Amino acid sequence: MRKLMLGNEAVARGAYEAGVRVVSAYPGTPSTEVSEYISHYDEVYAEWAPNEKVALEVAVGASFAGARAMACMKHVGVNVAADPLFTAAYTGVNGGLVVLAADDPGMHSSQNEQDTRFYARSAHIPLLEPADSAEAKAFTELAFELSEKYDTPVFVRTTTRLAHSQSFVETGERREVPLREYVKDIKKYTMMPASAIGRHVAVEAREDRLAADVNGMDIVREEMRSRSLGVVCSGVVYEYVREALPEASVLKLGIVYPVALDRVREFAAKVDRLVVVEELEPFIEDTLKAAGIACEGKNIFSRQGELSTAIIAEKLLGKKVNAEKLDLPVRPPVMCAGCPHRGVFYVLSKLKLTVSADIGCYTLGAQPPLSAVDTVLCMGASVGIAHGFEKARGREQSKKTVAVIGDSTFIHSGITGLINAAYNKSNITLIILDNSTTGMTGHQQHPATGYTLKQEPAKILDIVEFCKVAGADSVRVVDSYDLAAVEKAVKEETAADGVSVIVARRPCALLDRNYPPAMKVDGCRKCGMCLRLGCPAIEKQEDGSARINPALCVGCGLCTEVCRFDAIKEGAR
Amino acid sequence: MKSNILIVGVGGQGTLLASRILGALAERLGSDCKLSEVHGMSQRGGSVVTHVKIAPEVASPIVGLGDADVILAFEELEALRYINYLKEGGTVLVNTQRILPMPVITGARKYPENILSELKARAGRVYALDAAAEAEAAGSLKSVNVVMIGALAKVLGVDIADAEAALKAAVKPKFYDINRIALGRGYACDCEEKI
Repeated sequence: MRKLMLGNEAVARGAYEAGVRVVSAYPGTPSTEVSEYISHYDEVYAEWAPNEKVALEVAVGASFAGARAMACMKHVGVNVAADPLFTAAYTGVNGGLVVLAADDPGMHSSQNEQDTRFYARSAHIPLLEPADSAEAKAFTELAFELSEKYDTPVFVRTTTRLAHSQSFVETGERREVPLREYVKDIKKYTMMPASAIGRHVAVEAREDRLAADVNGMDIVREEMRSRSLGVVCSGVVYEYVREALPEASVLKLGIVYPVALDRVREFAAKVDRLVVVEELEPFIEDTLKAAGIACEGKNIFSRQGELSTAIIAEKLLGKKVNAEKLDLPVRPPVMCAGCPHRGVFYVLSKLKLTVSADIGCYTLGAQPPLSAVDTVLCMGASVGIAHGFEKARGREQSKKTVAVIGDSTFIHSGITGLINAAYNKSNITLIILDNSTTGMTGHQQHPATGYTLKQEPAKILDIVEFCKVAGADSVRVVDSYDLAAVEKAVKEETAADGVSVIVARRPCALLDRNYPPAMKVDGCRKCGMCLRLGCPAIEKQEDGSARINPALCVGCGLCTEVCRFDAIKEGAR
Repeated sequence: MKSNILIVGVGGQGTLLASRILGALAERLGSDCKLSEVHGMSQRGGSVVTHVKIAPEVASPIVGLGDADVILAFEELEALRYINYLKEGGTVLVNTQRILPMPVITGARKYPENILSELKARAGRVYALDAAAEAEAAGSLKSVNVVMIGALAKVLGVDIADAEAALKAAVKPKFYDINRIALGRGYACDCEEKI
């Protein structure tokens, strides 16, 4: 059946048709939907793991046990999973093992622009890169075959523009691949020096074999047109190249690690000028240059951001685009109307605290007018950073510092930071913004929501009890909408010695949409207090008075708590 | 049918569903089609853009600068923000609704005046309609996106039956009836060139 499919859906379909049995993942834009689509197939066991390291370990276990398995993550998730990844390259697989890694050039929804291809090289794992949804499906299927043929995990790397673009895919039937027999093999599956020394030899031998074999693979495709310009490219960039340079000859690398060097040499000999067009780092370019193949690349194109048809046409053909810059008010993403995080950041901003925040919707607390955030680094880092602030600057610093983290992110990797703080005599205050979901990625379940990826009821991790057991000296729960209670808790806990945890609890405003009546302004004195909340539903009018947009207001009532003149009242829905 | 369409608006306005209706339309008309969407951070009330390319053969899923035949704007300011994407002589179809961005809400900036004439100065044709009012009349404020697709279908000369079939393929059955009314209202809009 021919069907328009998101790149992520096509990866899921490819894995399904390839007979995948076990999938484990942690949500992360732009990879999230792969697991969500897979969860709809009854034949496949699919789960949300608390983080990418666990997800990959589960997939490795399933592979050792003889099943085809896959772990899915965004590029920064590969950092979390790097520990099992590097050694899984040594053990190799039993059932095929695929790691889906989604990069985000241009940082549409990420904190950095790292390039997963380097993981392939340093872990010695082959990496396939599809260009559209049809290839996303086909390459995922191929990845399972290569994994079993070469006894290695295989990366399928996507980027945002592939993951979140739709194109036509021809679907087929699922092939049931029988479980492979599991045979105890200490030299292969137990990585300690004596066996790992032997496996390192196997890794190199495998890589040599792959480096030779890639030259004969169909997914390395030469398209000869004009000889004046030859382009080497891969992934969605191929589509831009075809559009921008219809006359150019192209060598399309469906597998980017290892690079098919013999094919590149043949191609280079046929063209007058060889240019590598790739997003982010000069990965292919450096590989070619190290092999003595002269080429151009990052002398022409930036390492930053995404490429496009227009950029390629401009850099290689000198075509200019309309670059008129209009001076318009920006429209950055904001916390939604009724977002339970807003009140907490309002309090933190009011108390002028140093805030180490984390990865999630609440990162938006850094945006004006709240501007309440000082630092954001990576998943779970808020806790360790607050602890580090205290150890560097002393107890007086921790009296005016808080760490802020979401429920899903806390479980992902904030937990270990809390254990460390308690163990090492910290006096930090940690606020867990518990909105009962993984918000930013689109409402995924996690271990504290009571449901699995397949929406089946599950055990509920009790965050409060967990924090006590981890060693927190004080754990208290407040309603995120109750500003007075939040402020009182923050003041008391930052003043108190020891590790304090405040669980600010209120479900995400987008979960249950049975909203109370919208608010309305009556008798505004133009003090502007409500505008400091940064709520998209509260607008400043020409005369300086506030108006509440009934189409956006969800009636959370936060504004009534900050209005000193009781000028905001319940309106109508 | 061949068209590069850039759908722009504010996160939460349903640009994603709009693009998926157009995808279903392309599928129905037997045309190649690629769509590109925005998820994650950009959805939280931020400026969003969705690319739709319909042609016998489509390579890149992205509509480039100066490459859009149509800009379908769910909000006035967003129409102007992406105007560089319009081809020379291209068409802008804009919902006259205004959604204030945070710098305007806090009073740091003013919402630009005369957006329609700014658009007119840079586009071949500008069609403006009050899609929010049409959506409300259809019975759901949330159906602004479908009203706009209705208006676009008319401008592109798409048969209403094809547009309805595409809608049916793209929305959940329980939402079809109300959306069909919204689509019809958009289609019936007096889409004579405005200004």
